[in-house]
This record gives sequence, C-alpha cells and structure tokens, in this order.
Amino acid sequence: MSNPLLSVRNLTIDIPVGAGTLHAVRGIDFDLHRGETLCIVGESGSGKSLTSLAVMGLLGKNIKRSADRMEFDGTELTTASPRTMRALRGGRMSMIFQEPMTSLNPAYTIGDQLTEALLLHKKVGREAARARAVELLEKVGITAAESRLSQYPHQLSGGLRQRVMIAMALMCEPELIIADEPTTALDVTIQAQILRLLYDLGREMNMAMILITHDLGVVARVADKVAVMYAGELVETGPAADVFNTPSHPYTRGLLRCIPLPGKTERGSELGTIPGIVPSLIGDVHGCAFRTRCPHAEPACQNTIPMQGGEAHAFRCVHPDGKRHAEEEVPA
Amino acid sequence: MSSEASNAVLELRGVTKTYRVKQGIFGKSRPLTAVNDVSLSLPRGEVLGLVGESGCGKSTLAKILLGLEAPTDGQVLIDGKEILAQDRLSLARRIQPIFQDPYSSLNPRKSIFDIVSLPLRVHGVGGPQDWDRKVREILDIVGLPARVMNTFPSQMSGGQRQRVAIARALIMKPEIVICDEPTSALDVSVQSQILNLLGELRREFGLTYLFISHDLAVVEHLATRVAVMYLGRIVEESDVAGLFDDAGHPYTQALLKSVLTPEPGLGVPDTQLGMAYPNPIDPPSGCQFHPRCPMATDHCKSVAPRPVETSHGRVECHLHDPQSPMHDAKVA
Repeated sequence: MSNPLLSVRNLTIDIPVGAGTLHAVRGIDFDLHRGETLCIVGESGSGKSLTSLAVMGLLGKNIKRSADRMEFDGTELTTASPRTMRALRGGRMSMIFQEPMTSLNPAYTIGDQLTEALLLHKKVGREAARARAVELLEKVGITAAESRLSQYPHQLSGGLRQRVMIAMALMCEPELIIADEPTTALDVTIQAQILRLLYDLGREMNMAMILITHDLGVVARVADKVAVMYAGELVETGPAADVFNTPSHPYTRGLLRCIPLPGKTERGSELGTIPGIVPSLIGDVHGCAFRTRCPHAEPACQNTIPMQGGEAHAFRCVHPDGKRHAEEEVPA
Repeated sequence: MSSEASNAVLELRGVTKTYRVKQGIFGKSRPLTAVNDVSLSLPRGEVLGLVGESGCGKSTLAKILLGLEAPTDGQVLIDGKEILAQDRLSLARRIQPIFQDPYSSLNPRKSIFDIVSLPLRVHGVGGPQDWDRKVREILDIVGLPARVMNTFPSQMSGGQRQRVAIARALIMKPEIVICDEPTSALDVSVQSQILNLLGELRREFGLTYLFISHDLAVVEHLATRVAVMYLGRIVEESDVAGLFDDAGHPYTQALLKSVLTPEPGLGVPDTQLGMAYPNPIDPPSGCQFHPRCPMATDHCKSVAPRPVETSHGRVECHLHDPQSPMHDAKVA
C-alpha cells in the first residue's frame, strides 16, 4: 500500500494541572491513507478531541504534546514552524467543529467566512472565491446559495450552519478533514443527510477523514477503520466490520451492550451498563485503565498491557482473546 | 382515541398554541402555530414517546403540560380535571419535569440537599427532620449515596447530576413526569444506566412518562406508545410495536429510516426527505408534509388529510384514508 497521508506514533498529550500532570492522551498510534475514514469513538474525557486538536496544532500553549512521529504527507508536524502549520491548516487539512452555533463568527457574513481561507491559501480573486463558495454551498445542499453569502450566521438554522461549516472546510479541497462530532447537535434526519454528504464528498475528492464521535451508530455506518479510545489510549483498532462483528476489548463490548438495538434488544428490558467511573489520569497511571470496571480484571492487569490480535485488528488486553469467548458462552 | 377518559391520567383535547411573531422591526406580527390541534390521551403507567425534528413543537407542548405556557385553545386534563383551573403548586405536585442538560438544570450554588429538598420546602411538607429523611430515601432510590447531600453539582459527573434531577422530580411523588431529552447530554454507558433507572422507577411507582427524544432507538426501548409530531401536529400515534414494525405515515417511515444502528456495512441511509424543514410561519398548504414527501400528489397539496384510525393507533395521511382518492396508491 502507498505511504499513509497521516502517520502518528506514540502521540502523548500532558496537561499541567494544580496537583500534577494530567496524562490526557497516552501514546497512541494510527495511520490514515487517502480516501480513508477513521472514526475515533470514546466517551467524554477520553482524549479524542485533544487528539484531533494535536494533529491540527491547535492545542493551548500550556499543553505539552510529544510524539515519536506525526507526519502529514512527508511533513513532520511536531517540529513544523507556526508558519508551516498556518499554511497547512485550512488549506491542505481542515477541521469541522462540533458546535455550528458557536464556531461561526456572528459579526461576518457567510460569504466572508467562506472565502477567507481560499483567499489566504490560494492565488484567487474575490470573484472566483465567491463562485467557489456558491458552488460548495450548492453541493452541501443549500438552496438559494447566492443569496446566502450576504447573510449572517444568526439568520440560518442549525442544520444550515453545520452545512456552511462543512462547505467552509472544503473550500481549499483539503487532503485531510477532521470532523469533531459534526452531527451531534442535529436532528436524526439532518444527521443522516450530513453524513451521507461527507461520505460522498470524501469519496469524490479522495479525502482522508478523521471522524470523532461517541455515537456507535454513526461509526458503524461511515467508518473504514475504527479506533476505540478509553482514558487516553486506543484500546481497540481495526476495520469497522471486524470491530463491530468481533469486538475484542471488554470496553468495546461493554459500550455495544449499552445501546438498545432496534429489533434485537427486547423492548423495555434492562440495558447493559459499565459499572464504575473513568479513573483519574493525574499522576502515575499504569496498567490497564479499564481494569477497575472490567469483569475480567486480574492482578496482571496492573502491569504493562500487551497488544493482542493482528496488525489490522488489534486490542490492548492481557487476555489473548479479550475474554470474548468466555462472554459468549455465558450470556450476561 | 378510543381509550376511555376514565383511565387516562393525562388528556389533551385540541390543544393549540399560537404565538405572534414579528418579522423585522417594522414588520407586521404574524401568527405562528407551534402546537396545532393536538389531542392525546395517556393512560396511567404508560410511556408516551414524543418524537419529531427540532422546531416541531415538542418542547412547547411540554411547557403547556407543565403549566408554563397557556394554550391558545383546547384543554389539558389531569385525571379529568382542567389544569388551567388548578393553581401552579397543586399542578407541580402531580407533574414534574426532567430536563436535558443536568449541567444547567441544577443551581451550582446550592448543595444537593437544598436542590432535592426544595420541592418539600416549597410545598410546606413536614419539617427539617422529615426533609432529611425524605432526601436520604429518594437519593437511595435513584442510586446515589447519602453522603452526596452536602456536595455541590460541580463535584458530580453528568450521570450523577441527572440522578439528582430525577430525585428532585420524584420527591413529591408526582404521577406524571415529563422527560425532555433526559439522556441526550450523557455518554452511552451513563445513558443506559439512566434509562434503566427510569424504567425501574416507572414499574415501582406506577409513574406515567411523556418521553421527548430524538433518539428513536431509545424511544422504541422505553416507550409503550409513540406520537410523531410534525409542524405542531401529531401526524401519527400508535402503540410502540405498531409504529416501529408497521409505520403508516411517510414521515414516520423517513424518521425510522434515518436511525443509524451500529451495523457496519449498511452505509448511511438516504431519507429522501429533501433538505429543508419548512418555516413554521409559512406552513405548506394541504398536507403540511407534502413538499418533503416522496409519495405526494396534487391532492396532498390542496387537501389536508384527516386523522384516520388504524389497527394500532391513528394517522394523518391520505394514503390511509379510505375516503381519499389516494387510498389505492398505498400499494405502490
């Protein structure tokens, strides 16, 4: 296979807090090829948004980021100058944020905000930029696109604003797009449309996409590759079909049991839960972070945890099969 | 509905709420019908799921039920008595809300004891010793240790806060609980705990829920009846099996189609809904759903459908009306 567009090895993010250091992201690895969609799934506080901000170089000044490698198409991002990062951001890699209500500037028109990145990164005139903006607004399904350019964000509904955000991220035809919960604030009907749109555009433009979400339904439907994140680590990675059909890490299986499955879960029955809470990541963190909540925990879980499985579908657990077979034999 | 008024704990008869909305500073004010002729009856111990896109009037309906808004027309009856005739306090004893966001629905400056005991103090029930005992009791019921009484909301996780909100809603032993998206701000593993708790409490105390949610998988799991709202109207109402297995209204079908179940390989569904939710100030003529309906004909554009009884509920669609010229088109 060709070289990956984005290659991350041992990405670590530490945040100094009053009492010590919060190890928010603890050594994660992933590769992303052109045209591929990677979904990072995890609960709040697992470090998935920080990971995306680290790739974009948008972390706050007091946050320490380190990595053995974080390469975007041959450019090492950890050592890149602010100038290089500025040239990449919004041009070759762009981001769609979660909150369409707050991430558009209320004081500028849609047209100004859409064309800004293009005028900055590419040698195009104002007219050409506006034409491109209209083209993309139409592509994301906004009617009367021409007249929208002179409107302000408050004149648009949530669904429309999210589409504007997507159009904005696509203006410079990025090679990598990072979408952080792009559909969480939206209705199910709009969610399906926006995801379809992202999916189709990704295929059409051969974009690589990192989609960050906590919604396993979204993950299953759009991901090529899935990375399940828990307490700052990737606990299971693999092709979407493998992760959903043979979920190997106990946490992945726990998550899947929490959601009611139409047609499978009996209506009104007790749903699965994951007892306990996420451990604190401040100070010395060792062993498996999930051991306090795991039904299969044993003393060995306090030591360094090996990766199990193959190159493609891997998970971090002391049990060679993640105790998957044990659970299948005795349905909980 | 055919169910007798006697066993309905909550009944709505032709409830309508119209707001006057001004367009622009000098614009004429125009009527906006947020809730349009809604009739529902909710038997004791049932869970009515209310689904629909944002702006369809779900929350306005909840406000009317809580006595926070007066309907422009129609009647709301609890146990056969008009709620407008009752004072706010006695209404609050019988019907209580649980809101979506436990981060903003709890006063950050009050201790958990103050928050949970407030209804007792407002209603003048018992003295300080009783309050202490009752708060301990209800915290135990919602699965919180008594020691949280002296902590503040900021010291709690989202799931714990939502348990506090549930404790506050239940301490006066209401009959009806309005749950407005009670789990959409929570992580999946916490969501399943709260859903299990709501189910247990219903069985234990014989509570009746109005469960407002945009997550259809959750509604299917918890509800016994479902009402689908579109532009202020209930376009379909049915028992849960009937709605999810044999949806009648094309809008319901589109909503069901847009649910993303965690099944890899199915891709993102095409809802064929088109883009825009109509502006409620200019509702479409005839059947209000016709601009987005894949089955619409000229008849739908001019004639509004009437409610038709089905084997498991009621639906407002020409396809299901034996007297409509479109009835035969149903097969196609």
